[in-house]
Amino acid sequence: MSSIIFELNEGLAIAWRAIRANKIRAALTMLGIFIGVTAVVLMSTAIKGIDNSFKNGISALGSDVLYVDKWSWFSNDEWWRMRNRRNIDMEDFHKFKELAKLPIAVAPVTNSVQTIKFGERKVESVFLNGSNSDYVKTTNFTFDQGRFYSEIESNSSRNVAVIGSEISSKLFPRGDALDKTIKIGGTNFKIVGVLAEQGSVVLGPFNPDNQVFIPIGTIFKNFISRHSQTVTLNVRAANPGMVEETKAEAEGVMRKIRGLAYDEPNDFSINQQEGLQEQYDSFVGIIQIAGLFITGLSLFVGAIGIMNIMFVSVKERTKEIGLRKAIGAKRRTILAQFLLESSVICLLGGLIGLVAAILLSLMLNQFFPTSIQYDVVILTIIISLVTGIISGLAPAYTAAKMDPVDALRYE
Amino acid sequence: MNIINIEHIAKVYQVGSEEVHALRDVSLKINKNEYVAIMGPSGSGKSTLMNMLGCLDTPTSGIYDFKGISVSEMTDNELARIRNKEIGFVFQTFNLLARSDAVHNVELPLIYAGVPSTERKERAKQALVDVGLGDRMHHKPNELSGGQRQRVAIARALVSNPAIILADEPTGNLDSKTGEEIMGLFHEIHEKGNTIILVTHEEYIAEHALRIVRLKDGLIEKDETVEKRFIPKVKASIL
Repeated sequence: MSSIIFELNEGLAIAWRAIRANKIRAALTMLGIFIGVTAVVLMSTAIKGIDNSFKNGISALGSDVLYVDKWSWFSNDEWWRMRNRRNIDMEDFHKFKELAKLPIAVAPVTNSVQTIKFGERKVESVFLNGSNSDYVKTTNFTFDQGRFYSEIESNSSRNVAVIGSEISSKLFPRGDALDKTIKIGGTNFKIVGVLAEQGSVVLGPFNPDNQVFIPIGTIFKNFISRHSQTVTLNVRAANPGMVEETKAEAEGVMRKIRGLAYDEPNDFSINQQEGLQEQYDSFVGIIQIAGLFITGLSLFVGAIGIMNIMFVSVKERTKEIGLRKAIGAKRRTILAQFLLESSVICLLGGLIGLVAAILLSLMLNQFFPTSIQYDVVILTIIISLVTGIISGLAPAYTAAKMDPVDALRYE
Repeated sequence: MNIINIEHIAKVYQVGSEEVHALRDVSLKINKNEYVAIMGPSGSGKSTLMNMLGCLDTPTSGIYDFKGISVSEMTDNELARIRNKEIGFVFQTFNLLARSDAVHNVELPLIYAGVPSTERKERAKQALVDVGLGDRMHHKPNELSGGQRQRVAIARALVSNPAIILADEPTGNLDSKTGEEIMGLFHEIHEKGNTIILVTHEEYIAEHALRIVRLKDGLIEKDETVEKRFIPKVKASIL
């Protein structure tokens, strides 16, 4: 054991001498590893950040909510058939609400895209959400200011609005949105509530932060025809354990409302956000793997650089290797010497890359979700070491198996 | 007691489809505190014999006992250990590590012997003092003259107290005056009880030794005691 420590110690000293003897070369080689490690770490923090952001976003939607819709969200194969389905209308909603006993909340939802204005400021292409006062019970929304619109406001189709945090910060940079009157598509609305940040860049326009919520009667009155567009019923189960039963009940109720015979297929779909997760995994997951693969390639190029330099270094030091062998260095001592040299180069490059990546991801965090995990730090150290050992292996082996007689004669 | 006992060794190299008999049938005994010169023209097999004596290579056939232990059958690692502990090499081209100072160059064999750092430095410095380089400890090879470099190499060969010093054309890269100084140093090392084997092709260098083994075509042509030995006048060091 102590002899291994002795050899490691001496090997490190020899490796360090060799690196110092060729500072520029070592620095350039390190640069390759540095870039590779920075790219990989940055990519993985970005992936982690996007994942976290997505999960936050999805949990804001509520994991125990069913979406009864004309369309199935996650299968495109029968879209032409779905297109011919009847729209779900407000009458269906009222019947559903009356018949379904398990849900704790049922909300009809329809949407429009409008421009929102306050004085000189405006936000275009805002996703306008029309529903009833139970809508908030189908979400996990938290409020920064005010409240959700009430049942009375909803039933009497008042011009009241709840705005997402991003809309609020765009229109009211000073954060004084409550009770202000904004124009939605030219009509005046009073702000009764501002959502706290729900946090998900990934969801894009579906992100509640970028939405405005108004009563469904108001949206029909001002923006869309009551009969032209289908509504989605957001149905919340009592708890996550009740989702399956609530779903079964919802299906039965809908079939009854639609008067379907037992052998007729559903002319509606019941969607769940689990589908969203699957969709996310199959789409973003592939992008993530591709991203890691591409950044991994840059690390690979760095590793080839090290291997190349180590081969040159072994060739250059043939005579030195011959001498070391002549005065008693064993094969494995020579092997260890060159492996340690490439590992030290990789480790230094990797550590510098790690520091750079952490600084960069802190900077990027302003614009883009990133998340630094402690396991990434440990992983980076392992990756750099393994890269060093793998890329040093072939050159070190070449050095170790040199014949001392030939090596000493080498000019 | 014999340090080296060689009986009927042969070495055959395969060069392409041709077999080259570098050594055909060589028998040689070398005792403690001998001073032997191995001579011969190029192609005589003297380099092969030297590699063999230095445990850098093993014979194709025959017996090689080093201090009574058979070398012919040894593995690479065992050979490395023998080279480290028992043989001190001095090369024509010095073979010093260019970027390391004299002390580090001299302590190198002790690193591979597993000697702890402080003891190593101590012994390396003492060896440098012994070859007259007490004031050049931290000079790098490019800051030293040819003669001084060879002294560093000799200190490196002496530092592990080996059973034999094996010098391959040690004056080949030096001018005649410096060469004479180095031969003076070898003379003193021999006087102190060391065993020296000198490989050379120059008659006047060989005549510094007590015994000359002449090789030709892979065979020993002549093994003679030097009648009129040349004793260097130059005081080589302050031993």
